[in-house]
Amino acid sequence: MPTPRELEMNRRDLMVVAGACAAISAAATGTRAQPAPVGKPVLSEVSFSVNGRRHQLELDTRTTLLDALREHLHLTGTKKGCDHGQCGACTVLVDGQRVNSCLTLAIMNQGAEVTTIEGLGGVDNLHPMQAAFVKHDGFQCGYCTPGQICSGVAVLEEIKAGIPSHVSADLTGAMTATEAEIRERMSGNICRCGAYSNIVEAMIEVAGG
Amino acid sequence: MRAFSYEKAGSPAEAAAAAAESPGAKFIAGGTNLLDLMKLQIEVPTHLIDVNGLGLDKIEPTSDGGLRIGALVRNTALAADERVRRDYAVLPRALLAGASGQLRNRATTAGNLLQRTRCPYFYDTAQPCNKRQPGSGCSAIGGFSRQLGVIGVSDACIATHPSDMAVAMRALDATVETVKPDRSSRSIPVADLHRLPGNTPHLETVLEKGELITAVTLPKPVGGTQIYRKVRDRASYAFALISVAAIVQRDGTGRIALGGVAPKPWRVEKAEAELPRGAKAAAAAMLAGAKPTDENAFKLPLVERTLDAVLAQAKG
Repeated sequence: MPTPRELEMNRRDLMVVAGACAAISAAATGTRAQPAPVGKPVLSEVSFSVNGRRHQLELDTRTTLLDALREHLHLTGTKKGCDHGQCGACTVLVDGQRVNSCLTLAIMNQGAEVTTIEGLGGVDNLHPMQAAFVKHDGFQCGYCTPGQICSGVAVLEEIKAGIPSHVSADLTGAMTATEAEIRERMSGNICRCGAYSNIVEAMIEVAGG
Repeated sequence: MRAFSYEKAGSPAEAAAAAAESPGAKFIAGGTNLLDLMKLQIEVPTHLIDVNGLGLDKIEPTSDGGLRIGALVRNTALAADERVRRDYAVLPRALLAGASGQLRNRATTAGNLLQRTRCPYFYDTAQPCNKRQPGSGCSAIGGFSRQLGVIGVSDACIATHPSDMAVAMRALDATVETVKPDRSSRSIPVADLHRLPGNTPHLETVLEKGELITAVTLPKPVGGTQIYRKVRDRASYAFALISVAAIVQRDGTGRIALGGVAPKPWRVEKAEAELPRGAKAAAAAMLAGAKPTDENAFKLPLVERTLDAVLAQAKG
């Protein structure tokens, strides 16, 4: 079995080939063809730390943080869902804040401290949020789960820090991890299996509610 | 995504000069809108100028009692700032009604103002769109237009400006500060930042080539009850069908700006004289001359009803 490392054609290559095939078939049938991507790739160096380990990478400037993590550092816990910031599957923590790793270029994160699901905890040392997701059955297929957990950890920190949300009745008061607050704050993480109610239970438990 | 070269700017003025020198250059800050559009090849910059780390991430008091918000202040940081929460409540309310926590952590104040429309035909590169490809036509007119604009629109484009934050900024009479490639700076009232589409919907702001927003200033607080009410298809993480930013004083006077209805945050100062007479009169004055499509004509009564609810809430 080839490991992901041995698979030479990555997702982008595949898309380019698929695009070229589509262009050829479109030209053959006389319909409007989209031009294939042109322009020479530009490489740039960047260093940042992931889960406490420093990495120095030379990357195509187009590489998102998500692709750097998955394709270059082989940290495949972080998932690619929509690749457009709509689903939250790619959520990681950058300098302690949750971000969509698909919507930031790797080279924009020079010097950053990135934490992925692998850095939160592993099989033998689960992060309390990971343990709570298992206990409360906070997932079915599991694809959105790394993003849900990274987001969940950050949400509880945001509440502790007093950052208000759309459903906070008082903008200036203390914030609490109520079900309504958690549902609103987690709205950037979509779960196709609909595990939402169990995710809320897991988060409320970790928040100490 | 098309290939591009990349540089980190050393100062705002250097960034502006660099952008003026390179015809295909774009600034990148949060990247949450630009990278999305680059992946779809709707935006195809050949050079990116990263303006992060230029010290434009501070919120400072101004000499006249207002606040100066750095262009790079993230939406989360702006919504969480104690002075903003206390004195300009409509602004955090609008910010928190938009996007998701992850996006707000990265999206910047200036980037929010400059984000592109979410018109589905702008996003669909297989369809004509005068904003994306000038002169190609507007697929939205006669198409799926439920989300789109009802006022300030033209025969060339009915796209809306998608920002919530900008609607609150408009109600607060915010001003945009910029630096130009020749190092001069200027102030532009947020009211004048965005252009109406007319025959040139691809020209969205009055900013010149290379001109960089460095800050947004808020005048001294005006008090009143400040409300942002957003009506959308989902309870969270959706763009507005319509929204109302309101600052209502005890005597019934106030300011109203609307989102989701026009190519820019929509405020008609003259119409605000109607506020003491109620939502029906004020909404009619704000939306005089509206040109809705069959699919989005519902937005006119929706504005009136939402404004009515907002005025009732303000009375307490």
